[in-house]
Amino acid sequence: MIIDHPLLGPRDAAEFTYLGDASLIDRPDWQSDTAAQDFYEYGYLRDNPAGWHQELWFHEGGDRSWLVVTRNTLTHEIKSVELARDVARQRGRSK
Amino acid sequence: MTQINRIAGGQIDRKSALKFTFDGKSYTGHDGDTLASALLANGVRLMGRSFKYHRPRGPLTAGSEEPNALVELRTGARQEPNTRATTAELFDGLTARSQNRIGSLKFDLMAINDRFSNFLTAGFYYKTFMWPAAFWEKIYEPIIRNAAGLGSLSKQDDPDIYDKGFLHCDLLVIGSGPSGLMAALTAGRAGSDVIIADEDFLLGGRLNSETHSVNDQSGADWVAATVAELASLPNVRIMPRTTILGAFDHGIFGALERTADHVAVPAAGKPRQVLWRIYTKHSILAAGATERPIAFDNNDRPGIMMASALRTYANRFGVTADRRVAVFTNNDDGHRTAADLHAKGVKIAAVVDVRPDAPRSLDYEVIQGEVINTKGRIGLTFADVRLADGSTRTLECGAMGVSGGWNPNVHLTSHHRGRPDWRDDIAAFVPAAELPQGMVVAGAAMGDFSTAGALRSGAQAAKSALGIKGRLPKMPQAEDAPVALKPFWYVDGTTRGWLDQQNDVTVKDVKLSHQEGFRSVEHLKRYTTLGMATDQGKTSNMGGLAIMAELTGKTIPETGTTIFRPPYTPVAMGALAGRSVGMEFHPTRLTPSHRFAEERGAVFVETGNWMRAQWFPIEGETHWRESVDREVIATRNSVGVCDVTTLGKVDVQGPDAAAFLNKVYCNGFAKLAVGKVRYGVMLREDGIAMDDGTAARLAEDHFVVTTTTANALPVYRHMEFVHQCLFPDMDVQMISTTEAWAQYAVAGPNSRKLLEKIVDQDISNDAFPFMACANITVCGGLRARLFRISFSGELAYEIAVPSQYGDAMIRKIMEAGAEFDVTPYGTEALGVMRIEKGHAVANELNGTTTAQNLGMGRMVSKKKDSIGSTLSERVGLNGTDDLRLVGIKPVNPADPAPAGGHLMNATGPVDATHDQGYVTSSAYSPSLGHQVALGFVKSGNNRYGEKMRLVSPLTNVEVDVEIVSAHFIDPEGERLRA
Repeated sequence: MIIDHPLLGPRDAAEFTYLGDASLIDRPDWQSDTAAQDFYEYGYLRDNPAGWHQELWFHEGGDRSWLVVTRNTLTHEIKSVELARDVARQRGRSK
Repeated sequence: MTQINRIAGGQIDRKSALKFTFDGKSYTGHDGDTLASALLANGVRLMGRSFKYHRPRGPLTAGSEEPNALVELRTGARQEPNTRATTAELFDGLTARSQNRIGSLKFDLMAINDRFSNFLTAGFYYKTFMWPAAFWEKIYEPIIRNAAGLGSLSKQDDPDIYDKGFLHCDLLVIGSGPSGLMAALTAGRAGSDVIIADEDFLLGGRLNSETHSVNDQSGADWVAATVAELASLPNVRIMPRTTILGAFDHGIFGALERTADHVAVPAAGKPRQVLWRIYTKHSILAAGATERPIAFDNNDRPGIMMASALRTYANRFGVTADRRVAVFTNNDDGHRTAADLHAKGVKIAAVVDVRPDAPRSLDYEVIQGEVINTKGRIGLTFADVRLADGSTRTLECGAMGVSGGWNPNVHLTSHHRGRPDWRDDIAAFVPAAELPQGMVVAGAAMGDFSTAGALRSGAQAAKSALGIKGRLPKMPQAEDAPVALKPFWYVDGTTRGWLDQQNDVTVKDVKLSHQEGFRSVEHLKRYTTLGMATDQGKTSNMGGLAIMAELTGKTIPETGTTIFRPPYTPVAMGALAGRSVGMEFHPTRLTPSHRFAEERGAVFVETGNWMRAQWFPIEGETHWRESVDREVIATRNSVGVCDVTTLGKVDVQGPDAAAFLNKVYCNGFAKLAVGKVRYGVMLREDGIAMDDGTAARLAEDHFVVTTTTANALPVYRHMEFVHQCLFPDMDVQMISTTEAWAQYAVAGPNSRKLLEKIVDQDISNDAFPFMACANITVCGGLRARLFRISFSGELAYEIAVPSQYGDAMIRKIMEAGAEFDVTPYGTEALGVMRIEKGHAVANELNGTTTAQNLGMGRMVSKKKDSIGSTLSERVGLNGTDDLRLVGIKPVNPADPAPAGGHLMNATGPVDATHDQGYVTSSAYSPSLGHQVALGFVKSGNNRYGEKMRLVSPLTNVEVDVEIVSAHFIDPEGERLRA
């Protein structure tokens, strides 16, 4: 596969390591009343879609960016590649 | 006379004389021959025995789709089994042997299987070897394993080099027949970067095998002229002997180039094969088509082959399989074989055509009918023909060309699960619209079987793939015959008519599969093994499919297709491994003091990719324990030095550095004073311990984090994840500096005295107390870092210098420490001392243990959020009888306490339900004179002094032990603070 890195352009997937579902960005609030349940769901419950999937890749053999890659698990088509920190900010993870 | 079946013509060098042997007998062939063509030229039709029934077999084809003529090439370490004689290029001195026989090829003792064929039909393994169950392991399996497989391995190391490479292009053209050459020429002239690859050593595809002309040139001459023009273009790379193995994601192709398979031994330093990864913007599949057989009884005798293969042998190699040849066909193509061979003086016994409207010939007899059986024990002698009126005739012939029509080579189009479409007019599957990214299909691979059609579609494909503007130049004049064919798959009444010759699957097997309910194509395939041999059923799948369609009363497309998977043809494991063999399997990392350790005779151990000194034997020591015990005692009594460079180091800087470490460590770091080091534990988000180490605060906004050697990379990756994905606005940056610093542990009561001779600053206990750290200088100005931390439990320091000074530093330490008999120690002594001190490593942080299990539950701060803090409070991880880290010592000091053993109560049963815990680390303590061990025991923190049994039923160990504190040595830590 080729991942079109937003800063470095197209790179071979072999340069990256894979983590998993980009929902890992959405880490719950530890002070919430439902924190125990929230962290359980965050840690253990994942969708396993046949189709479009947002997932985290780390450019370990490159610039050490974490990326959010939107990939079709059936065809390996990649629709978008974003810096994970940008996605995290969009999802409200700024301080 | 040798080469009795060599006839006129062909693209071989008749002046050359290549000597080779087959089954020990010597023959001669020519440059340009394959092993198969040279053997046929010498009158050898029999080249192997079949897989299951050990039937005599000769080549069916003249290409890579060959199911039968698999041989062992070369001898010694270069011996290579299951090589296709039809693609193996002949070279002088080639040694080849037939396979899958006991005795000689002509009198194979295993041919008895053929007599028992009624018992060896589809599914016979499942039916026969069911009972008695006890027979499976001892009797059935060894016999089956012995009988299975064809060739044999040399069992020696492969002496050759296999390389890997990467190529990029605008357009990859797969196949160099008329469509491929035309596509490459069109794209090359337009200036695109083009790679054209062909599995054959001679470019041109079927133009070399036919007598068709292109313009006023012979096909072969047109090929030569076109290849010469392509070679003159700097933007075109021509790759013969290169098989495109697979179409992978996003326009990436795998290719195997056989750079030196056609010579006895590769040139010095040159690879035998290269596995290429080709990155393409576009690709044109011009892989041609494969002729398919017709099934009739005993259609597998040596001499019976594809009609197109007979033409290839005659036109390209100047060889006929026999002087008397028959043809059996359902289409006009078969007649070409008769015409070409007749023109070369070969006697045509007859052309048997199933069609009433078959073309006639003045040169030879054409019979409407079907071949119903053949004779000839180790080679074809006679063929029985059933005529249209039901009468029969016998033809005398030593070879027969069979043509059932052509299948486009759609393989690469289905590597992404694309299923082909059926075309009635050619009775074959062609690639559907859904293709791998950037791919266009041209020529016979798309069902354009005429030469003119192939040329035209090749040019069109290049134009559309690359968006070339304007009109195409005029196409060369070439044969443009339409396909004239009557679908015909097997002769009525056939039972032992072979479909898959490599896996010995007959028409009868397909009928049996249907009868027993295995009717879907996928079931048919697995029940009969049709198409599951190394040729992936290139010549057999369609026949099986057509018969199943007929039996189920469905059309062929309704019945389905099987799709193909990479690789297109088999690939040697050596090519996949490339240079990653032996010590090159992964990189070897050496620390800056590696040479020093070598000079001292160190015994090394691989830890991850690193080579670390395990111990340093001195003269007179004959057992590793002597060395290790000496190193421990010397360190505890005076001073020792150990290379700890391999530990991971992460430099963390920025205003939020402390806040960030508070997130990744379960314990607090915000209040750590500048100039101090703190031990920390990182948890996974699920509350399990991930790694431990120290973080040293060198400045308000600057920490140096250490990790274990094995986790240097995963921890760094995790830290970047926490920063970039979870806390993106924290103002902190980090980088791995593992390789930037050489680091040495200097440990023992004399360590301060030693370092005072090297370090420029005051390191007295007051100025530099336990857990202090600082940027310092050594040897009068060289920058260094000093940490007063101890893994051994002694007064100890770790000193770090830039890597390039590592070798000098260890030598300096040895020189300065001479008066204290400083002793270098390795990882074994390091391990002994940390067990004596009760420090946890990966044995204890084993992916199942929490901070609480490790006796560090109170370290997990509840006042702050850190990774793993919430889930570590789960009920399931906080039971009252949880495992706790303890020390274990044998009651009898002479007893062992092996790691991996389990702990049981002093009395009661020894079984899994009574398991109380397990031993993780164990060593002989020279300081205490007995074995010391660490392990986990239920409620272990409340069981000090209890006697238990340490058992290891697998190794027959049962030892009485006592549970003690994990801190065997200096439990109050007085030595650390001295």
